[in-house]
Amino acid sequence: MQKDIKRLSLILLFAPFTLWILLLVVLPHIGMVILSLREKVAPRVYEFGFGNYLEFLHEPIYWNTLIRTGSMSLLVTALALIIGFPIAYYIAKIAGPRARGGLFLLCLIPLWVSDLIRSFGWILLLRETGVISSFLVWTGLIGTPVEFLYNDAAVIVGLVYTVILFMIVPLVSTLDGMDNSMIEAGYNLGGNGFTVLRRIIIPYAMPGIVAGCIVTFMLTAGSYLTPILLGGKNSSWFTEQIYNQFITRFNWEGGAAFGMLLLLFTSLVIWLGLKLSGQTLANTVAKS
Amino acid sequence: MKHTPTYDLECQDLAKNFGSFRAVKGVSFDIPSGSFFSILGPSGCGKTTLMRMIAGFEDPSGGDIRIKGKSVLGTPPNKRNVKMVFQHLALFPMMNVYENIAYGLRCNGVSSAEIKRKVHDVLERIALPDVAEREIHQLSGGQKQRIAIARCMVLDPDVLLLDEPLGALDLKLREAMKIELKLLQHQFNTTFIYITHDQSEALVMSDNVAIMNQGEFEQIGTPQELYHHPKTAFVAGFVGDSNRWSGTVTSSDGTGGQVETDQGLPMTFSAAGGTKINEGSKVDIFVRPEFIHAIRANGANKSSADGDNRLSGVVDSLLFNGANSRVLVRAQGGELVEADVTLTGNNDIKPGEDVELVWSSRQAMCFAQNGGA
Repeated sequence: MQKDIKRLSLILLFAPFTLWILLLVVLPHIGMVILSLREKVAPRVYEFGFGNYLEFLHEPIYWNTLIRTGSMSLLVTALALIIGFPIAYYIAKIAGPRARGGLFLLCLIPLWVSDLIRSFGWILLLRETGVISSFLVWTGLIGTPVEFLYNDAAVIVGLVYTVILFMIVPLVSTLDGMDNSMIEAGYNLGGNGFTVLRRIIIPYAMPGIVAGCIVTFMLTAGSYLTPILLGGKNSSWFTEQIYNQFITRFNWEGGAAFGMLLLLFTSLVIWLGLKLSGQTLANTVAKS
Repeated sequence: MKHTPTYDLECQDLAKNFGSFRAVKGVSFDIPSGSFFSILGPSGCGKTTLMRMIAGFEDPSGGDIRIKGKSVLGTPPNKRNVKMVFQHLALFPMMNVYENIAYGLRCNGVSSAEIKRKVHDVLERIALPDVAEREIHQLSGGQKQRIAIARCMVLDPDVLLLDEPLGALDLKLREAMKIELKLLQHQFNTTFIYITHDQSEALVMSDNVAIMNQGEFEQIGTPQELYHHPKTAFVAGFVGDSNRWSGTVTSSDGTGGQVETDQGLPMTFSAAGGTKINEGSKVDIFVRPEFIHAIRANGANKSSADGDNRLSGVVDSLLFNGANSRVLVRAQGGELVEADVTLTGNNDIKPGEDVELVWSSRQAMCFAQNGGA
């Protein structure tokens, strides 16, 4: 009796999870793989082949876009880490217990607004008739209004702003678990501020750093709205290519192949990152 | 030439305020080279703050700290040759044993051949020569303790601070580590300053103990002095066990006399701590359980026991603990008195028996109550 109840509750608990994995993760991806392996030979005539993948290799604009998306995403991840680490350190180690909650909440507030509205906020600031440009004209620093939008810098700023929270949260939780006396011991044994940071704080926070980097990299490489809105037509983000294949060119086979390629590419980057930092998924993302 | 004793650490009127709260109130002490010094006090008495000031993690609000005769005020913690064993040891979990010990040497820019020699040397001295390549989580509690000490000692500190490092260990291991710490201190011949709230740790290991209470030192002395000649009522009550009576002095010749306790018992005493006790003053009297003899009221050797204080009562309960067994006697006034007894296993005192408690006035330490004189 007791055993049956246990088994039933296990099944009930796992049913939604299994449904989700099967219907929303496994099935669509199987569909994508099958779709991407169908070559169009004539209208409404398809045959099995790697033509969609070969097309990607033959057309430099495609793989250039993918490389560009990857490297810009790495840059965004690095910037988010460099900016997020001091913030996380301040929240976890320096701020008092009461200030900590407030600061954490402040970090969360941007999440209450949708991606779209947040990007529009940046547009209001950065466009030719926007706040920054008008202010600079008013102070006399520039003669005529300047367009700050539609360049790589605007895309990177917007993306860092969107993803930095996902860097801060895992960092705060790992740094929070670090005993303050560990840092004091680092100083006590003769280390200066830099040594303590390099030999003690960063190695200790490594799982959090890697977890934050994986999440921000994935979010950035897969983002669509921010690069389009802030980078305009020149953003050349790979998700835009996928969108074009599916919607504009109605080439579902090509779009599916591109989707699989993005997944493989980002997985490869993360695998390399884990190998280089000597971490595993189990002790980074799974932990925080 | 005048001989001046060398002190590894001298503190003068050292004080620390947190806002309006005075955590440490003008403490002065000197610690001679190579001795084991303990600071013993209840939690919240300021002992950890005192230690953090010596290590450099807190800036004193007043006074001076001198290490080997030189003031270290304004010297950052990483430039002081004072090393610290933290309460939870704070070994670095991402480094193995070798790297943990080598960390401090690397910070000092020691060459790697020298580091290797020193690390193996110190591991040899703490009798753990084979653990260099182990990870921290693979060590037992006692091993971690020794690695934490080795990590400091490899740097040849002038003073080693230990902040209740035995607190996290279980009882058996704690007893073993007490002896081990004392031996390590002898071996390295470095000044150890040991902070604890556990009196048995302080009494067993130390050459000198300072009793701290509410930010001040009540008394500094050898463990024997503190135990047998406490200078204040706090020390008498805090170090060791005591029976305590409050009362009023009825007659006094300055160093001893008669007291009537609040329960109405007459008692003779000797003034403790070299103070004069005047007639009519309110006092506290402390008598240690091992100086009180419990004798059967109808026993044959009733009169043979020596002592000028007598109290009769009934054995309330027997606290058997081998050699440290004790009886709780309910005296006529109703209060419970503890007395040590030797239990032989046959014909021992049993609960419910009438007994007579006898002790000498020399063992009755008397202190004037604050504000009562």
